Amino acid sequence: MSSIRMTLAGMSGIAGVKANDTFASWLKRMTQTLGLPLIGLLVFLFIWQVGAKQIDTSLGQFPGPTQVYEQANALISEHFNERERESAFYERQEQRNAERVAKDPDYVPKIREYTGKPTFFDQIGTSLVTVLAGFAIAALIAIPLGICIGLNGALYSALNPIIQLFKPVSPLAWLPLVTMVVSAAYVSDDPLFAKSFLTSLFTVSLCCLWPTLINTAVGVSAISPDLQNVSKVLRLNWLTHVVRIVLPSSVPMIFTGLRLSLGIAWMVLIAAEMLAQNPGLGKFVWDEFQNGSSDSLGRIMVAVLVIGLIGFLLDRVMLLIQRAVSWDKNAITR
Amino acid sequence: MAAHLELTDVSIEFPTPKGAFKALDGVNLKIERGEFVSLIGHSGCGKSTVLNIVAGLHQATTGGVVLDGREVNEPGPERAVVFQNHSLLPWLTAYENVELAVRQVFKGKKSKAEMKAWIEHNLELVHMTHAIHKRPDEISGGMKQRVGIARALAMEPTVLLMDEPFGALDALTRAHLQDSLMEIQNELNNTVIMITHDVDEAVLLSDRIVMMTNGPAATVGEILKVELPRPRDRIALADDPVYNHCRHQVLRFLYEKQRKVQPLDSRRPKGQAGTDAKARKQA
Ligand SMILES: Nc1ncnc2c1ncn2[C@@H]1O[C@H](COP(=O)(O)OP(=O)(O)O)[C@@H](O)[C@H]1O
Ligand SMILES: [Mg+2]
Repeated sequence: MSSIRMTLAGMSGIAGVKANDTFASWLKRMTQTLGLPLIGLLVFLFIWQVGAKQIDTSLGQFPGPTQVYEQANALISEHFNERERESAFYERQEQRNAERVAKDPDYVPKIREYTGKPTFFDQIGTSLVTVLAGFAIAALIAIPLGICIGLNGALYSALNPIIQLFKPVSPLAWLPLVTMVVSAAYVSDDPLFAKSFLTSLFTVSLCCLWPTLINTAVGVSAISPDLQNVSKVLRLNWLTHVVRIVLPSSVPMIFTGLRLSLGIAWMVLIAAEMLAQNPGLGKFVWDEFQNGSSDSLGRIMVAVLVIGLIGFLLDRVMLLIQRAVSWDKNAITR
Repeated sequence: MAAHLELTDVSIEFPTPKGAFKALDGVNLKIERGEFVSLIGHSGCGKSTVLNIVAGLHQATTGGVVLDGREVNEPGPERAVVFQNHSLLPWLTAYENVELAVRQVFKGKKSKAEMKAWIEHNLELVHMTHAIHKRPDEISGGMKQRVGIARALAMEPTVLLMDEPFGALDALTRAHLQDSLMEIQNELNNTVIMITHDVDEAVLLSDRIVMMTNGPAATVGEILKVELPRPRDRIALADDPVYNHCRHQVLRFLYEKQRKVQPLDSRRPKGQAGTDAKARKQA
């Protein structure tokens, strides 16, 4: 009898420990995944709020979290107001045209474009399109070229000095050259793309080409000699060798390069837009700076946060693509 | 009549920063069709180099290899290689790894369905049917080696070359694979050259054992014929006088005639060598 009771007590004791244990480990996990980042964020917001009060500029006090929140809301409502005005503009036009056609059936209605100021969100859209296009061009050049360089030692030796020379060049140095070349070369009465778009695009491509190029070349030249021997024994032709052996085995390195490139592309784009006054988030920041109202600093701060957030999201998207494409699941941790 | 596979006066020099390094000097070897030959010798003597020359991955500096009356001067699937560390493409499944080879060799000769059946047949030969759609990182070392063998067999090679195929495996897995290999050899009767550093493995599997002298400028030291009837059974052989005689011959070659001479100091831990020197000085 007593032994049974003891066993029961022992069992419940063990069960209790176990439940406690899993709860404790759950709590620990939650603290680590959610709690600590949350604490970090709160501390940051606190320091920001307190610190901002200490900084006085010619445009007034440095914006704290609350002012930035207000400005974010203001930017959102401005965007919707602008959209409403735009649709109202087109509605009025249509109405007028309909009236004129009713009076005079021969009249051919004209639609005039709405020429409102681009809102914050329009600028985000412009920047995103530009960065993705510039990045795509860079990748389309860098990956094939990187494969050729990686496969061919002589080509690598020939191109290496050029790569090393151009890799560290700042976008701001390229920008005037690109601007002049685009204006000279792209002359068309009915341009498909705006010149400013092309200037930003090529500047971004030129700057973000290098990490993908170098990483692809390194990845390709580091293919294990065993796999190369397999390819030789099977007498794979050049194309099959590249498609079946070279490309898959360098996919992890190619993606490392692509992620670096996309990060650089995003940073470069904002700087280029600012300097060249090309539409996009960079221009938004510059305009607000020139505008110099008491809200400007808050609005710039919103832009800064959005730029950071978009950069982060772009990297995450690349990571998701890498996970889906790459065979080497161990290579990707963060 | 000329031999099936013949190595004549094969020598090779590797260019190194310190001048040419002569790894092999005058290797002569004749191998008959269907023969199982193993190469044994101390590590670094040049076994892989011999195999790579036969495979066409290295070019002999002088001399050459003739297979069925034709000189070997480039790699090809008729001399399939099983590499020491499996060399499977990590992004392909077992099936796809074999498929890559089969597609390459039987392009235009087999239909899609025939190829599929052939791939599956070869994976079945090495007992890998259960893990046919697994990738190399999802299977054990022994299983990877099995797939590597299936890939080589699927090319229907004239000569099968194996570079320490079981070297990286534990003893139990190795025994399993040796038995599988004997089974397959019994059925297909391939010409095989296998490198090994395991004396028992050499005696168990081979018709002849080629023992190589130490490098540099290594060459064939002795050749031993293993006159044991097939099929061979590893347990029954343990007390077989012929088996033990062969074993003894190889061991004597390796550890008496070609003893690896190593400077004594390099084996001793550094600190001890220092105290020794001091002790000697005091004495
Ligand atoms: N590509 C090469 N370049 C220079 N030396 C080499 C090369 N390949 C092999 N060697 C040398 O040739 C000798 C034989 O090597 P190897 O055939 O790999 O030996 P084993 O397979 O018997 O262990 C070694 O001393 C090795 O250093
Ligand atoms: Mg070797």
